[in-house]
Parts: sequence; C-alpha cells; structure tokens
Amino acid sequence: MSPKKFYDIIPPGVDPNALSGKLFVIEGADGSGRSTQINILTDWLEHKGFPVVNVGLKRSTLISKQFTAAQQSKVIGPLTLNLFYATDHVDQLENVIIPALRAGFLVIADRYIYTLMARAIVRGADPDWVKSIYSLSIIPDAVFYLKAKPQILVERNFQKKNTLDYWESGMDIGYSQDMFESFFAYQRRIQKQFLLMKDEYGFQVINGNRMVSTIAKDLKGRIEQLLPSM
Amino acid sequence: MTQRIEQGKDDYPGALIAVEGLDGSGKSTQIHLIKRWLELEGYKVFFTEWNSSVAVKPATKKAKKRHLLTPTTFSLIHCTDFADRYERQILPLLRAGYIVLSDRYIYTAFARDAVRKCDPGWVKRLYSFAVHPTLTFFFQVPLEVALDRILGARPKLKFHEAGMDLHLSEDPYESFRIFQGRIFKEYQKLVDEFDMTVVDATQQVEKQQEKVREIIKEKLDLSKYKWRAQR
Repeated sequence: MSPKKFYDIIPPGVDPNALSGKLFVIEGADGSGRSTQINILTDWLEHKGFPVVNVGLKRSTLISKQFTAAQQSKVIGPLTLNLFYATDHVDQLENVIIPALRAGFLVIADRYIYTLMARAIVRGADPDWVKSIYSLSIIPDAVFYLKAKPQILVERNFQKKNTLDYWESGMDIGYSQDMFESFFAYQRRIQKQFLLMKDEYGFQVINGNRMVSTIAKDLKGRIEQLLPSM
Repeated sequence: MTQRIEQGKDDYPGALIAVEGLDGSGKSTQIHLIKRWLELEGYKVFFTEWNSSVAVKPATKKAKKRHLLTPTTFSLIHCTDFADRYERQILPLLRAGYIVLSDRYIYTAFARDAVRKCDPGWVKRLYSFAVHPTLTFFFQVPLEVALDRILGARPKLKFHEAGMDLHLSEDPYESFRIFQGRIFKEYQKLVDEFDMTVVDATQQVEKQQEKVREIIKEKLDLSKYKWRAQR
C-alpha cells in the first residue's frame, strides 16, 4: 500500500490513502516512440498478471468530442485551449485514474500534465498560472521522458503518417509558414520546457534515439523495481 | 500575451460593468435595462452572460444532463466557457473602447465553487487571467425573498441549479433552499473582498435602475464610449 500524494491540493471527495495502485507516466513528443513503448509495456504487465489501465490526452468522456471540434475550428484562443486540456485531464483523473488506483490497478499515462504545461507555456501562458491549475494532480510513481532528436522525430512521423501534425508542429504559434521549419522550432522549445521541469518533477530521461527493443528493455528494468510484490 | 495583464489594471480604454446576486435577485432585469439605456443613448455596448460560449456550452449542457461533472470539472468547464468569452469578446472589446456588460462574472464561480468545496485559492488562481470590473453591482435581497421569487412559481428546477449534486436533500426545492443559503453566505464575503456596489434589490425595479444609472454616470466618463461616427 502506498498512499498517493497530490502536488498541492486534493480535489474534493478524494481519499489519497485509498489509492493503492501505481501510476506510470510516459512523456515525449510524437515520434518519440511513446505509443509503441506503452503497447509493449501493457502487454508485458498484463502477461505478468497485473491489471493495466491506459489513459492519454483528449480521451475524456466529458469533453473530448467538443474539444476536438473547437480545436479543429481554430477559433478558440490559447487560454481556452489550455482550460479545455485541463478539464479533459481532471475528468480522466477523477473518473479513470483515481478509481483504477483505488482498485489497485497499474495506470499507464500516455502523456500527463507535463506536456500540457509545456504546451501552455510555449504558447505564452503564465507558468505560475499553469502550475497552479495542475496542483491538484496526482504525483506519479515514475515519469519517463522519452527524449529523441528532432531529426528522428521527423523521420518517425513521416514513417507513420507521411505528414507532420499541425499542432505538433506548433503551426498555431506562427514560428514559420513552413511546417518543416516550424516543427523544429516548436519541438526545440518544448524540449527546453521539459528539461526545465526535469528536476522539479523528477523525470527519468530515457534516450529515445535507440532501437525499440533496447528502449523497452530499459523501461521494463526501471518499472520492474516499482511493481508491487506478487 | 493577454494573460499577463495584471489583475485590476485599468490599461484598456473600455469599461467593464458586472452584476452579481442570487437567482431571483433581479440582476438580469437590471442589466438588461442598463443595456437598453446605454444603447439608446448611443454608446458602444456589448452584453455577455455566464455559461454562454458557443464553443463550450454544448459540452457543459451534455455533461450536466448526464451528471458527468465533479466539483472540479464543474469549476473547470465553467472557467473554460468564461475564458472563451473573455479572450474572444470581453478583452478585445474592452481594448476597442466598449462598455462591456456582464451578467455574472468570476465572483459567481468563486461563490459556487466554494460551496462545492473546491479550494478557494485554487479557484481564484484559475481565474487570475481576468481583469476585475470597473464596477460590480451586487443585488442584495434577503435569502427568503430570493427563494420566494424563484420557488413561488413552482418551476422545474434543473439538477445543478438546485445543487442536487451536493446531496443536500432528496427534495429539489429543499436542496435549492440550502444551496442558495450557502451561496448567499459566500457572496456576503465576496461583496467586501471585491468592493462591490450593493444595491437594495427589494426596492422597485425602476428605483433600483435609477440608482444604478446614477452610479454609472458618476463612476464612468460616459462621453468616452460614444460612437464617434454618427449612425
């Protein structure tokens, strides 16, 4: 039993002592290998007999549909975008993550508040404001930050979708009309934010430039030590 | 970045007037009359109200109907609605020199979210991007009067409107009474903290309106907000 801690504030109606599961977070840009690794880890953990729940951005029942629609229309401003993300996060926190942890499950989060904070700050939000919003989130048992060179990210994005994503290229910010250039400018700024957060939030930086199997072995080794004894 | 604007900093040419008060305090009638008066006198006026963003309200409506909200997501989704109106309408219009009239403002969230047991400091920081109004009128009525005005007609109360999510009572009318009582208490604290202008809302509508107009004329240099081109 390891009661969970929150960054600052416990949301009303939550008992942190009842949360016996584990929360693992995988962070990293599109193309860093996040989803591939999460699939491998989920298979591995379920094979071992641990119940696993996956969460990720924009997967809340509450607003994911309206959020996507609003985002695609490109009429909403940065404040609203940040708050949509926050609502989406807290909905999953309270309705998926917390119940799963209460039931003793392992939760693997495909990105967490750190991506949301980095994205908001890069778009000009006040860092203290952003931090304060997420002060009612759960502190994970481990945060793995998959760090890959922008060149590798580009290569993997093209390999997967043959195109760069509008938002992951930061096209809404207007660094450059050229998506390729914008992608590099945006990813550099996001990486900078992640490195600034690294110590404060205790990220384990994982070299994402390596082969899939090598990264998986690395992650499994780190997670193994944190698993509840069977 | 708009968000960096300091609280209460009066560096935009427009003016913001907000009304607050309990359901049944008559504030919406009063702000409607302010709007009509200013429009007919030839001022640049824009009206906005709580929970009305076209991008967010459909989500809120669905979530309320299906009882998907917790106190925290209730707070966040209303802040998202406010932020959308704020950054697309309220702030640009203040910068363009409008008189912006707001039926309920951030204080509504402060009162309601506190009653739902959200951390008050967290809620205030959440809304810290918003400027404070030039003038906030609080329409003060005794709780019983407000309750009678709303419940007298025996309306069908909505789930959240009656505070049913707080499990105060199985009976929506009783729940509404307790809920409004708690909001009333929160409002009393906010009136002092944020220096709201209190209007005695037990008076006749026209009397209240007369007083409100006097205060507006006294506090604002209305000539600044006239349409420059003759329409």
